[in-house]
Amino acid sequence: MRYLPHSEHERADMLAVIGARTAADLFARVPRSALLTESVNLPPHSPEFLVEAHMKALAARNHAAGDGPLFIGAGAYRHHVPASVDHLIQRSEWLTAYTPYQPEVSQGTLQMLFEFQTQVAHLTGMEVANASMYDGSTATAEAVLMARRLTRRNRIVLSGGLHPHYRDVVRTYLGDGPDLICLPASPEGQGDILNRIDAETAAIVVQTPDFYGHLRDLRAAADAAHAAGALLIVVVTEIVSLGLIEAPGALGADIAVAEGQSIGNALNFGGPYVGLMATRKEFVRQMPGRLCGETVDADGNRGFVLTLSTREQHIRREKATSNICTNSGLCALAFSIHMSLLGEAGFKKLARLNHHNAVKLARMLGTVPGVELLNNSFFNEMTIRLPVPAAPVVELLARADVLAGLPVSRLEPDNPACANLIVLAATELTTDADMEMLAECLNAALSEEVQ
Amino acid sequence: MSMNTQGRPTGIGTAAPAVTSGSSLLPNEPLLFEIGDREHSGVDLPDVEIDGSFLGGFERQSEIDLAGLTEPETLRHYVRLSRLNYSIDSGMYPLGSCTMKHNPRLNEKMARLPGFADIHPLQPVSTVQGALALMEELAHWLMTLTNTAAVSLTPKAGAHGEMCGMMAIRAAQQAAGQGHRTVVLVPESAHGTNPATAASLGYSVRSIPARDDGTVDVEAVKAALSPDVAAIMLTNPNTCGLFEPEIIEIAAAVHEAGAFFYCDGANFNAIMGVVRPGDLGIDAMHINLHKTFSTPHGGGGPGAGPVVLSEALAPFAPVPFVRKSQGSLALVEHAEARHLGRITAFNGQMGMYVRALTYMLSHGGDGLAQAAKDAVLNANYIKARLEHVFSVPFPGQPCMHEALFDDSFLEGSGVSTLDFAKALIDEGFHPMTMYFPLVVHGAMLVEPTESESKQTLDRFCDVMLELAADAKAGNSPRFTSAPTKAPRRRLDETRAARSPVLTWERPDELPQAAE
Repeated sequence: MRYLPHSEHERADMLAVIGARTAADLFARVPRSALLTESVNLPPHSPEFLVEAHMKALAARNHAAGDGPLFIGAGAYRHHVPASVDHLIQRSEWLTAYTPYQPEVSQGTLQMLFEFQTQVAHLTGMEVANASMYDGSTATAEAVLMARRLTRRNRIVLSGGLHPHYRDVVRTYLGDGPDLICLPASPEGQGDILNRIDAETAAIVVQTPDFYGHLRDLRAAADAAHAAGALLIVVVTEIVSLGLIEAPGALGADIAVAEGQSIGNALNFGGPYVGLMATRKEFVRQMPGRLCGETVDADGNRGFVLTLSTREQHIRREKATSNICTNSGLCALAFSIHMSLLGEAGFKKLARLNHHNAVKLARMLGTVPGVELLNNSFFNEMTIRLPVPAAPVVELLARADVLAGLPVSRLEPDNPACANLIVLAATELTTDADMEMLAECLNAALSEEVQ
Repeated sequence: MSMNTQGRPTGIGTAAPAVTSGSSLLPNEPLLFEIGDREHSGVDLPDVEIDGSFLGGFERQSEIDLAGLTEPETLRHYVRLSRLNYSIDSGMYPLGSCTMKHNPRLNEKMARLPGFADIHPLQPVSTVQGALALMEELAHWLMTLTNTAAVSLTPKAGAHGEMCGMMAIRAAQQAAGQGHRTVVLVPESAHGTNPATAASLGYSVRSIPARDDGTVDVEAVKAALSPDVAAIMLTNPNTCGLFEPEIIEIAAAVHEAGAFFYCDGANFNAIMGVVRPGDLGIDAMHINLHKTFSTPHGGGGPGAGPVVLSEALAPFAPVPFVRKSQGSLALVEHAEARHLGRITAFNGQMGMYVRALTYMLSHGGDGLAQAAKDAVLNANYIKARLEHVFSVPFPGQPCMHEALFDDSFLEGSGVSTLDFAKALIDEGFHPMTMYFPLVVHGAMLVEPTESESKQTLDRFCDVMLELAADAKAGNSPRFTSAPTKAPRRRLDETRAARSPVLTWERPDELPQAAE
């Protein structure tokens, strides 16, 4: 076994030092009835080349997004990741380190997290950010719980523009009941939340750009929430948008959460991703997750440590702000490296390029008879309505290797108003040829449907 | 100092302090924001003119203030920072309860195949049949190793898996009209995530004391069981590194009282392929793929925490999950009947599934069992070599995958567990887990894993014995001032917490000091 260092001879020597006759003696405290008498019914160990062949065969049964035009976004976006990002995160010192509980030998990870927190705070326009959450959806659920602690109120109102998966995660975390109001899907970008705030509301949750691509008026939402003593939680699933549209913090958000996958991280069929969470300084002690802070060492040199850990489970146990322990360290590193490579100038250019391609996509879709664009505003994602149910059309296009966006009915199967809708995204990787092919295939599919 | 004929110094003079104040090979690295600026960039992107305005009047007016670096500067910054980290690849990482084992690089290579890394979570299911097949195969391995009826792959980490398992228990009890059960039993030695998870779901936590031998007494469990108890959360092998000898009786007592048995599987590495938790009577158990199945810890994640479920809990698994249907694989994305809803967007940690399955296929069933046995052998070897000097709180029994010591051997030396562990850094080893489990005074929990050779273990033990001898000989300054050879000396954590500085601030934004 290539990963196990001992020879049989060494094992015997070690057992002798221990004073055990056989390896089985070491399992003497295990109830005899529970010890397996024969090996588990699984294949035996295998050489590297055979394992590789097996995994490659599985991978070959998937259509990789890069194999053809891709217009699916909906909370996970295919962006270009510079080669140096993946090279750096595979360095042993990053890849195979543990959570930086011993700061003297973890300054690399800690300084990186401090820089990451600063980048996230600046992007969101908030004062402080934590060292990451699992992903955007769980960060949203944690933000809602945080708002309940901060306000000592229970009612949560979710906008109909919130990603349906995010809504579903919050529902699972909180449970259905009168204190969780999930507004119906609002594919046309209809304002739905301002008159649902009352004196029992802890927080309202608004996504922008929303699930259907519309940009939402955060200032109005913040004013309405604050007037009632409630908090505004802003969700951003496409972090690149913040290179072009106003930061949640500048518009009055109290907690900003985001999916950071777009920067530095591959699609990976949904994970691992990196959840971002930022808030006001005054709320930091109710924040979940790890925080890295600056300090000095015994010689007076600047250094970094995990701090405010009295919020956390390993210290506070049942009184912790969250049960989160492991988060998304390496994905945060990838995010931070990619963001350093972009810098202010590159990030803004990237955002403009995404929006530019989305504008072209919108115009291209406008040329397809029967397709109706629902957006007046968008960043890199938009919703169209077809004259026919969307799912079979998307399936038909997939057979032509065009991944034409997300039929909303996949996430909202019980809502007839969503049956004909497709949410589509463009990124810097979307080419003119991709868009032409989409328009052509969509046109063909719709004419066929009409006949 | 003397000079040679060319005027070069020939002797060793008194060095001026280095400008960087680090050593020449490990210079202090400035912050990204101190070396980058708003103009530099390491990517080339075209400038584009946008045709029309679709931003609804929400254009960003506020500055972002991001620091940019070119590619060579980026490489330097992150390579230099990386060198301030200890890692498994640079040495033994004996953190008890964390299972810092070797991370095979084949796993990394496989996770980067475009067929896995470059697939969108919402692609038509017909285009991702290989991904679903991989999830099925991983599920098969996990269910076979645990002898359980079902597994939910989606939890993002161990604590998320705990939450998922406990939610399934809560749902099962509510469905059975047992919603009045509001208490969860947790032994004192449990990981902090257990009581935190129970409390976050609204349960109150009832603590179970440990016996003198470090294990849980079935009688203590029976005494704590009552009609309002929903579940017990028990780690096995436990956090003292011991197999719970009465676990089968505990499971029976818990079930008899109408409660469920949640097992914390953080220590599954000790028994994989040797004991199947399902045979012990567990109802739910998370498995940390980043511990047992070698997916890298990455400086604090990402992890993955699939939860295996018994027959009774299987109907309450969250969505999504894979289902076989007429020759192809389907992804069940919406809760039917009694399923929990979603606990995360999308399909869980696919990148970790690939790595874990690669690791499993490499080891095979036989290799996994051998790995567990070697992990146990290594821990017992360390215990055997150290126990005549170090104090063992629960003597007279073999340990499992980790060896636990307390601090009584340091009594009167002026050296604490923390000091001792920091001195280990100066000897080139990462410290062991300290002050956990809480049931042992000044605990030192050493988990070597199966990845360490006898040679490394011997060197580690030699260092531990030498340090212990030096502590007992009264050389406390070596310990209380340690580490001195790491990139930083001890850091002032009190200062960090009292007035938190959590982001970089431009020097001109800092408040002016009072005159």
